[in-house]
Amino acid sequence: MSAIFERIREALASRAGEVSVAHGVLVLQVAPGAVLEVAGALKEDFRFDLFLDVTAVDWLPREPRFEVVWHFYSTMHKLRVRVKARVAEAEPVVGSLTGLYGSAHFMERECHEMYGIVFSGNADLRPILLYEGFKGHPLRKDYPKEREQPLVPYREGYEMPGGE
Amino acid sequence: MDLKLPNPIRPAFTKSEREDTTIVNIGPSHPATHGTIQIVAELDGERILRADVHCGYLHRGFEKECEAHTWHNLIPYVDRLNYCSALINNFAYCDAVETLMGIEITPRTKYLRTLLAEYSRIADHLTCVAAALMELGAMTAFLYLVMLRDYIYEHLADLTGARLTYSYGRIGGLARDLPDGWLKRLEEILVQYDDFVGRVHGLVDRNRIFIDRMRNVACLSTADAVNWGYTGPILRSTGVPRDLRKDTPYLAYAELDFEVPTGIKGDNYDRYYVRMREMDESVHMIRQLVDLLQEKGQGPINVEDRRCVLPPKQLVYGEIESLINHFKLVMEGPQVPAGEVYVAHESANGELGFYLVSTGGGTPYKVHCRAPSFVHMGGAHRMLEGYQLADIVPTFGSINMIGGECDR
Repeated sequence: MSAIFERIREALASRAGEVSVAHGVLVLQVAPGAVLEVAGALKEDFRFDLFLDVTAVDWLPREPRFEVVWHFYSTMHKLRVRVKARVAEAEPVVGSLTGLYGSAHFMERECHEMYGIVFSGNADLRPILLYEGFKGHPLRKDYPKEREQPLVPYREGYEMPGGE
Repeated sequence: MDLKLPNPIRPAFTKSEREDTTIVNIGPSHPATHGTIQIVAELDGERILRADVHCGYLHRGFEKECEAHTWHNLIPYVDRLNYCSALINNFAYCDAVETLMGIEITPRTKYLRTLLAEYSRIADHLTCVAAALMELGAMTAFLYLVMLRDYIYEHLADLTGARLTYSYGRIGGLARDLPDGWLKRLEEILVQYDDFVGRVHGLVDRNRIFIDRMRNVACLSTADAVNWGYTGPILRSTGVPRDLRKDTPYLAYAELDFEVPTGIKGDNYDRYYVRMREMDESVHMIRQLVDLLQEKGQGPINVEDRRCVLPPKQLVYGEIESLINHFKLVMEGPQVPAGEVYVAHESANGELGFYLVSTGGGTPYKVHCRAPSFVHMGGAHRMLEGYQLADIVPTFGSINMIGGECDR
């Protein structure tokens, strides 16, 4: 494990749960409430200045159901960190990173519409790849792949696959 | 028929802040922007005060579809992310799966993938620069560059059988080896490249009209670029040499001699120039790789691993074990051990990352693509605000938004 990973592990030991290294990426498992704090420390103290990505994994039927996954890159250390937080379906809320990184705006919108994760503090969670009025969250495992929600109605007599 | 269609988007603002400003809608199907993107802009005269960029018109459920197919069946889908440089997508995806499986590719495949990735980068940059120049009226430069690009497409079709969506990568190797005479034709095209790109430099670099439209338009500082997640040529145009090929070398990049071109102030002109210089570096790398292929790159292209590579056809017909092996690989897919991985390659547009989650088995549990174009669209308003309405066209051209990977 590289020196910088050791330092992060020591500094964040109290806030991060499990810490491991997988395929060259440092993985921090944190509580949903500690995400903002950990991301802030990564950015300010360890110079992880590039916010790469946020997405979620739906572990239906496991509880808590969702795992939100963030990736950060440091242009100084040239290393990546993955932060993961588990949230329940009843309360899929994590903090928004829009205060720290501008790029979080679009990516949190995508994660919100695809999985229904709520990023508290991000006021702009409009649909981005989908459209206004789209029902449900298509990347959830219980959303059937065949379901269609066309904006322009189909001809009469056409049976829509996937119900509804 | 009386159809009342709902508006697919809800703009961030619908009322102007001041009395003397107007709100206009541009796109999604605008003749001067290549790619379906919608911009709602508030204008003060012809100056853009604020812009709200909407993407998603090419969304086709790539990630959902991936969860229903075997690992191998996804290769044609990843082709269609960035269709200007499909091979880079192929190799990044294959690299991610190979990392999960713990496979080390053969030296020949390593050099071939690097060579083809750089070749694709040239095709991608040619497309971007040619389209951006054409939108400014430089028809001759456009035809020169697109002619070169078409030589490359035809040449890649000789290798892969397709012009655009090659599906040439395989988990653990490649679809097939080089045909006879392929490297000879490669050198011919590179000579043509030097000739015609030199002419384009002569036509536009010091052209007053071009400079007026490009210099000091859509400037971006390094801090702003990093904050908004910019990578690739756009980040480098702001003056920092951030390139994954140098910073976290993958494939054969550690063995190659190349420079990372950077710009001065991150305006449209710098983005044009960085792309032009990057193509020169790619040509330099390709020539080194042709030599490396001859010196160290002989041997098989596929690894000896029955978990992912199909057995030879004559064995499939001749012995039951290979027949079952073939059947299992096609019907159930390669068995990828449980785990998760994030692998990023430097694509023509920036950091192309694949985040894969496997629960062990022939189909992925989750495939997420970190597409550079999508992230770049998230910060595009920073480049539009404060500049003229007409600057949208060259600015948008220099960002090189690819709908396939932006909207997935």
